[in-house]
Amino acid sequence: MKRVAASAAALALIAVTTWLVWPSGAEVRGQDQTITVVDGPADDQRVQLDTTFFPPPGGGKAPAVLLGHGFGGSKRSVRDEAVRIAKEGYAVLTWSARGFGRSTGEIALNSPDYEVKDVKQLIDWLAERPEVLLDAPSDPRVGIAGGSYGGAIALMTAAHDQRVDAIVPRITWSDLADALFPNTAAPLSATGDAGTSAADGLPEAENGVFKRMWAGIFFGQGVSLDSLALGGRPEATRPLTPEQARCGRFRPEICNVYEQVAKTGRPTQEAVDLLRKSSPITVAGRIKAPALLIQGQRDSLFPLSHADANARAIAAGGTPVSLAWFDGGHDGGDGEVDWVFEQSSAWFARYLKGEGAGQAAPPVSGFTVTRDGGRDPGTRQRVRLHPETGSYPGLGGTATSAVELSGPAQNIANPPGGAPASISSVPGVGGLLGGQNTPGVAIDMPGQSAAFESRPLTEPLQLTGSSTATIRVSGQGGTEATLFAKLYDVADSVQPPSLPAGLVAPIRVAIPEGATSAEVAVTLPAVDHNFAVGHRLRLVLTTTDMGFATPAEPATYQVSLVSPKLTVPTVGTLAAAPGGVAWWVWAMPLAAVVAAAALLVTGRTRGRRPTAVPAGDGPAGEAPGPAVPLEISGLTKAYRNGELAVDDLSFRVEQGQVLGLLGPNGAGKTTTMRMMLGLIQPDGGEVRIFGERVTPGAPVLSRLGSFVEGPGFLPHLSGRDNIELYWAATGRPAADARFDEALEIADLGKALERAVRTYSQGMRQRLAIAQAMLGLPDLLVLDEPTNGLDPPQIREMREVLKRYARDGRTVIVSSHLLAEVEQTCSHVVVMHRGRLVSTGPVSQLLSAAPRPASAGNGHATRLEDVFLDLIGDTS
Amino acid sequence: MTAAPGYAPRRTLPLRVEIVRQFKRRRTIVMFGLLLALPWILVIAFQFGPQGNDNGQALRISDLATESGLNFAAFALSVSASFLLVVAVALFCGDTVAGEANWSSLRYLLAAPVPRDRLLRQKLIVALGYSAAAVICLPVMALLAGTLAFGWNDIQVPGTGESIPALDVLPRFGIVIAYALVSQLVVAALAFLVSTMTDSPLGAVGGAVGLWIVCTILQAVEALGVLREFLPTFWNNAWLDALAPELEWSGMIKGASVSITYAAILVAVAFRRFRRKDVVS
Repeated sequence: MKRVAASAAALALIAVTTWLVWPSGAEVRGQDQTITVVDGPADDQRVQLDTTFFPPPGGGKAPAVLLGHGFGGSKRSVRDEAVRIAKEGYAVLTWSARGFGRSTGEIALNSPDYEVKDVKQLIDWLAERPEVLLDAPSDPRVGIAGGSYGGAIALMTAAHDQRVDAIVPRITWSDLADALFPNTAAPLSATGDAGTSAADGLPEAENGVFKRMWAGIFFGQGVSLDSLALGGRPEATRPLTPEQARCGRFRPEICNVYEQVAKTGRPTQEAVDLLRKSSPITVAGRIKAPALLIQGQRDSLFPLSHADANARAIAAGGTPVSLAWFDGGHDGGDGEVDWVFEQSSAWFARYLKGEGAGQAAPPVSGFTVTRDGGRDPGTRQRVRLHPETGSYPGLGGTATSAVELSGPAQNIANPPGGAPASISSVPGVGGLLGGQNTPGVAIDMPGQSAAFESRPLTEPLQLTGSSTATIRVSGQGGTEATLFAKLYDVADSVQPPSLPAGLVAPIRVAIPEGATSAEVAVTLPAVDHNFAVGHRLRLVLTTTDMGFATPAEPATYQVSLVSPKLTVPTVGTLAAAPGGVAWWVWAMPLAAVVAAAALLVTGRTRGRRPTAVPAGDGPAGEAPGPAVPLEISGLTKAYRNGELAVDDLSFRVEQGQVLGLLGPNGAGKTTTMRMMLGLIQPDGGEVRIFGERVTPGAPVLSRLGSFVEGPGFLPHLSGRDNIELYWAATGRPAADARFDEALEIADLGKALERAVRTYSQGMRQRLAIAQAMLGLPDLLVLDEPTNGLDPPQIREMREVLKRYARDGRTVIVSSHLLAEVEQTCSHVVVMHRGRLVSTGPVSQLLSAAPRPASAGNGHATRLEDVFLDLIGDTS
Repeated sequence: MTAAPGYAPRRTLPLRVEIVRQFKRRRTIVMFGLLLALPWILVIAFQFGPQGNDNGQALRISDLATESGLNFAAFALSVSASFLLVVAVALFCGDTVAGEANWSSLRYLLAAPVPRDRLLRQKLIVALGYSAAAVICLPVMALLAGTLAFGWNDIQVPGTGESIPALDVLPRFGIVIAYALVSQLVVAALAFLVSTMTDSPLGAVGGAVGLWIVCTILQAVEALGVLREFLPTFWNNAWLDALAPELEWSGMIKGASVSITYAAILVAVAFRRFRRKDVVS
């Protein structure tokens, strides 16, 4: 069914694309307008938002979808998607967020005081539109979708405005503080378990490691943003003020905080508070709109743990939530544009249009993961599978598997200045470096990393979620160690180990004053990865990572495992979902074999009728007697065009006769002979040989030797091989063949050993007649046997045939050489246009014929005269 | 006495006889000569190019051909499976009946008489036997030539460049050859069917190869979506999965399924048609 659906979707996509490029038709037309909103903590700032409204193409009232753009983008970057959604029957509104594109105002990072208020007023605006379906006065039926920055505003708005009916945030954050200052280590509590990071359940960003490169890219986009890129704006031509050059279009407080943390690499409480204000995690519990969270597996900026946090917070409020881990994210990957669109579309269809609302199952499974399905065997393109399960198990999986790691305590150094740094993924270009499908290039600097490795796996291990390990870091008391934990997949000694999704877990370990070591639980990055049999898991801790700010102070630590156990979460229900062999793989060949058998069996019953009918029971109703060598009765055969080649022909040949079959070209002689041999099937009547009806391959044919319409030899074989193999093909004992007698007739001498292709026409002719005589058959059928023979050979052939018949056998010869027939044959059958004209002994035919005037010159009647007379051609 | 003494339909046209009849043909010998010579030609060709092009990121199967005898055999198979082997199989199966019709020897066999079903059966067995020999002899000779030329090393997998020990991969090679045989069944059956319908051996071979080419072209049309899976050519390269680090069966199973399905129907149609056909050649 999935395949059918996929092909249907593919066809639909083609149809949509065709429709888009088609010159005419109901087009989705965007209406550009500027909407003025008022925001700010005191609701006193007027901001002009640049928007485009796409009315539903079908007309009437439709649910609305707000489509947000990513950081650094504008409403223009989501235009294609907006058109696509509108075509599904929605009113779509896109807007450039404040501080982006042509909208005025400053970037406040989706703050409830700014951007959220803006979007609430966009919803007010939608409520006024005649095209938009209303749930209640000034409460439109509205969903919000968007990626990254646009995804966060979907979550933030849904939390602050209960009018939102469904949201599909993609690759976005739950906690901006944690995204920029992650720390996945937790001190081990007395029981040795990993405790929660902080009392309020939020990650402990105050101790986080600064995600320097991403933050720089993030902030830089806001600064450089469009002030130069959009040449159309008159302001852009003006030189930048110092304040503009410093902060771009950021709000000053954000700018200040960034400068501060970027300088020190440590978050301040002020920074954390500011970032938390813009973080859905603080308000997600209030969201009542069903949410489909689509998070990228290749995302070192907002990793899967952010969707996990959002999902848990939203679900805690009793709101339906589904998760999808797709092949995409801020680090690249495929993006799966179509699949993501399908999922979003299904979500909105259910919660905005109310389609399938009566069904218990949600339109999108609780948890879907994109996995590599190998290559399409036809195109050799990557295939993606989407195993799904009904409920989202969280990053801890539905079960865990303990993998034993081993390795001694290892000394590692933090290099002065933090360089050179290990590389896991390079923000912004991660997709370029690693390609779309291969894990990124991960490089650990020597002397900076400690590795702990498992034994080769004896069975495959599908990791889905975050693994955890416990480590001990020894060093000087009162210091902090900044480390990066990675879990490699090691195939063997030849291949470089691969780092799934290029993700690392930064950890900050404080070694208390007066102590020499600290023990922490490390939560490794959430990934979906299959470790194959024979592969090893390798936990690596490094002191540096290019993407993060690390201390410049040189230091050395000793790293060891507290417990050798690496806890690997698995989700068994996911693994079982797809795969298996399609039903048709078994059904089709079986059906084909049955169909083939049916074809053969039905063909058999029609093609073969009982053949062993005694001669006496023939249609002529004659008394039983010795089987007649050849009896033809009512034989009829039509050409394809309906013209009769043989028309109701009947005659019989008695034992010992040499029968001449006479007739002009096209009289049907050869067709009759073919029917004697069972090569073609008569349309009517029958041929009986020695009393048996001739059918294709009837055994009685073994008593018949034939030479019809020229010789047929394998040209690459010698004459002798041809003859011997032909006899072997009959399956009869070699002793019965009488090769010597037959080959004597052929009279080929040494030529017998040459390949037949070197033979002259006459030689082949003689060899073919010899072949017909192999085994001295009781009935010999020869078609124009003297063609191509020279006079002595013709004479000899005549004697051979006469002698052959004298021994009690029967010979049938067709010829157009009347003199031949006259001298060779005892009986004659004259055919003309498929019909029998005359039959009887040659002598009788000659004497019974009227003596034509032209022949009255004293000569005896010639067969030629009789023949011409019979066929009515006397001219 | 209904038949000549010593005649029994079951004994007509023994396989041995048919094998000899076909074997001495120039066509057969040239095709086998070509298949056996091709690996050596490739070995010589590789001697010309610059060796050790190691900077490539995505390793193609041709880049790895000189790494080991096994790699070389895989390469030889990959370049020939899509066309050369198809032509070889089409030749053996397409020529078998049409060739006899062309020489006029078919009517003498049928009048001998060799029952029509038996004639087709024996010819099909022998043609499939020659086809199988063709499909097998190429990789085996390539393995021999490659091992002599490039040594007996572990196989390197295209794409990732991973290595699989040579002894582990040898059974996989058996799978590859077996799959190649099964996937060529469609060509064989198609050529065989056309062979029973025409008197021109080249027409039968060309017809089968032509249809094959059309299928290959259709398969590139992604718009056909899932329908492409049922094209006989679609799974033609699925044997590559057998050389992947992890053996993947699903593609090959589907390919075998499609192949057997088509082959069964086509062969049945061939028998049914031939049984009632008027032999006028």
